[in-house]
Amino acid sequence: MSADIDIDHVTIRFGDFVAVKDVSLKIAGGEFFSILGPSGCGKTTILRTISGFLEPTLGAVRIGGKDMSGVGPNKRPTALIFQNLALFPLMNVADNIAYGLRVRGVPAKQRRRKADELLSLVALPGTGDKKINELSGGQKQRVAIARALAVEPQVLLLDEPLSALDLRLRQHMRTELRAIQRRVGVTFIYITHDQGEALTMSDRVAVMNQGVVEQVGDGRTIYDQPATPFVASFVGENNGVSGRVRTLADGFAEIETPLGLIRGRDGGDLAPGAVATLFIRPERLRPEAEGVKAQVTATAFEGHQTHVQLVAADGHKLTMSLGRDLGAHLLTPGMEIAVGFAPADAVVLAQAPR
Amino acid sequence: MSNAFTAYLIFFGPLAVVLVFVLAAMAERRRAGAAAEPDFFARNGWPVAIFLIVAVGVWMLVMIVLPALYMVDYSFHPKLPPSQRGGPRDIYTLANYRYFLFGSPTDTSQWNSTHLYAFWITIFVSVLITIVNFAVCYPLAYFMAQVARPAAVTRLMLMLVVPYWINEILRAFAFRVLFGTGGVINEILIGAGLIHDRIDFLGLDVALYAGLTYAYVLIMMFPLYNAIESLDRNQIEAARDLGAPWWRIHAEIVLPHAKPGVASGATLVFMLCAGALAAPLILGGPKTLWFTPIVYDRFFQAFNWPQGAAYALVLLMACMAFVLIVMRLFKVSLSEIAR
Repeated sequence: MSADIDIDHVTIRFGDFVAVKDVSLKIAGGEFFSILGPSGCGKTTILRTISGFLEPTLGAVRIGGKDMSGVGPNKRPTALIFQNLALFPLMNVADNIAYGLRVRGVPAKQRRRKADELLSLVALPGTGDKKINELSGGQKQRVAIARALAVEPQVLLLDEPLSALDLRLRQHMRTELRAIQRRVGVTFIYITHDQGEALTMSDRVAVMNQGVVEQVGDGRTIYDQPATPFVASFVGENNGVSGRVRTLADGFAEIETPLGLIRGRDGGDLAPGAVATLFIRPERLRPEAEGVKAQVTATAFEGHQTHVQLVAADGHKLTMSLGRDLGAHLLTPGMEIAVGFAPADAVVLAQAPR
Repeated sequence: MSNAFTAYLIFFGPLAVVLVFVLAAMAERRRAGAAAEPDFFARNGWPVAIFLIVAVGVWMLVMIVLPALYMVDYSFHPKLPPSQRGGPRDIYTLANYRYFLFGSPTDTSQWNSTHLYAFWITIFVSVLITIVNFAVCYPLAYFMAQVARPAAVTRLMLMLVVPYWINEILRAFAFRVLFGTGGVINEILIGAGLIHDRIDFLGLDVALYAGLTYAYVLIMMFPLYNAIESLDRNQIEAARDLGAPWWRIHAEIVLPHAKPGVASGATLVFMLCAGALAAPLILGGPKTLWFTPIVYDRFFQAFNWPQGAAYALVLLMACMAFVLIVMRLFKVSLSEIAR
């Protein structure tokens, strides 16, 4: 039912523009795999290459071990869910879902039975005779999923399908999508620019930037051990402080910055004297007696935590997020405080060589 | 209808219509009250409002309704010299319609086979030309609307439009040159050794049908292009992704979406084709049967205006009936066609 995907040194060019540069990814059968990146990073291009609407300029795409070059989108074991869903407005819900079966010559009665089954799977029983424009955004979403699943694809490709929904529905659909994926066991490849979606749903995430995969890993690894400055600043909030490496010892790096000498884990590829950036998450910064001197400029109460905006001695801006029990309510704009962090919570990354 | 009465109608009719519109606009204002939305005059301003009312009233009545009514009235009258019009012999009669069917105003024993056959051929060939036009335009419209890059679309559009700067008469005569027995096509065919004897394309009506087809290509092209262009490309890709071969994508996704465009293009081409006059006159051979030249002859050869009016009305009615039937068959509404 599910197939593994091997993206083998794929490069895709549009004229002079290189949209995807030498990307290799191995996605296991039955995996929920997300490709996360800002718009224009090449993630949709990769998706269209897997689905067969684009051929790679260099490299190969293999699905279930079979080379897909020259195989059209209508012959691949993949189904694509479009960003705008692309439901057929002139057909009713059941006809939409059964379209792939109709094309395959499945008799009408059987088609209808399958459509009704899938409607139950996506929690929309009894809506087969409705028109598409009678559905709400979330319902259309489910119909699009059902339509893609009807052809029993081995791989389901999703191109930011939740981006048109409102926040609450989006969060609900995340859980729903994950549950559907577990039930059907099909490989899901999910494209998104929303790190929340990628981290909550996926088994693994690939972070892309400017046509290159910067890091592949599970959500926790991506968040806690970013491999590049881009991943560190794109996934989640982060404070970055740049400077020069002073010393390297025992897996820690000490760098000379405008805020003073600070220490964090050695992110690799560091040499004394090289330019590097230390990243520390806002929730890992703490008010301390001794540390970096900073002035509170604003506080934003968000319920479970409070975001404190700080400006350090030389004008460097920092954000600190404090839980309810950490005395954030005592901080007011204008206060002079000192902040610090455990070196194990910070990571020092070399400036990208590119 | 006496001449004096007609004159009064032409003069006072538009005034009456304008008055009705003004009263309607005023009634709207009174009913809406001061607090409600601005009325017709407030929305457009007095000068524009009056212009709209007068323009629409005069245009509709003088340009469209009155002449048509005049023709309808005419068609039920006998042909009379001006001195006897309005006299005792000027009565309502079906003689003109009887002549169309039986070739005589009184005798009904024989069918008017020449005119009926020409009428039937005109309708039938117009249908064929409409179908051929659709077959020619659809692939090009699809290519321009969904496949080609914007720069290529602009170039193609120009190539389609520029030939129409040449006027209809010149174009028709150019087709005569092209299809004549000594014309370019015969020369090429003989030069290539494909034929030995020259083919009389004009006599065989090939030139006429080709000319009519070409004359209305744009009329089919633009509604089709607009309709296909408004289709979301993702729907085509979604169908393809779900396994549909190209012909199913066209039959089940593109065409149903473009149906109103097809309907409006087909209606226009059919109507214009069946009513074309210059092309049949210029491109028709000596034995060519087309209904419009026959109508023309009623007016200007036989000088029988009432009979000409009857013939023209028969053609109009047949075209309208045909279009309504086709619309019913394809389940398209008038508002969709006008979109």
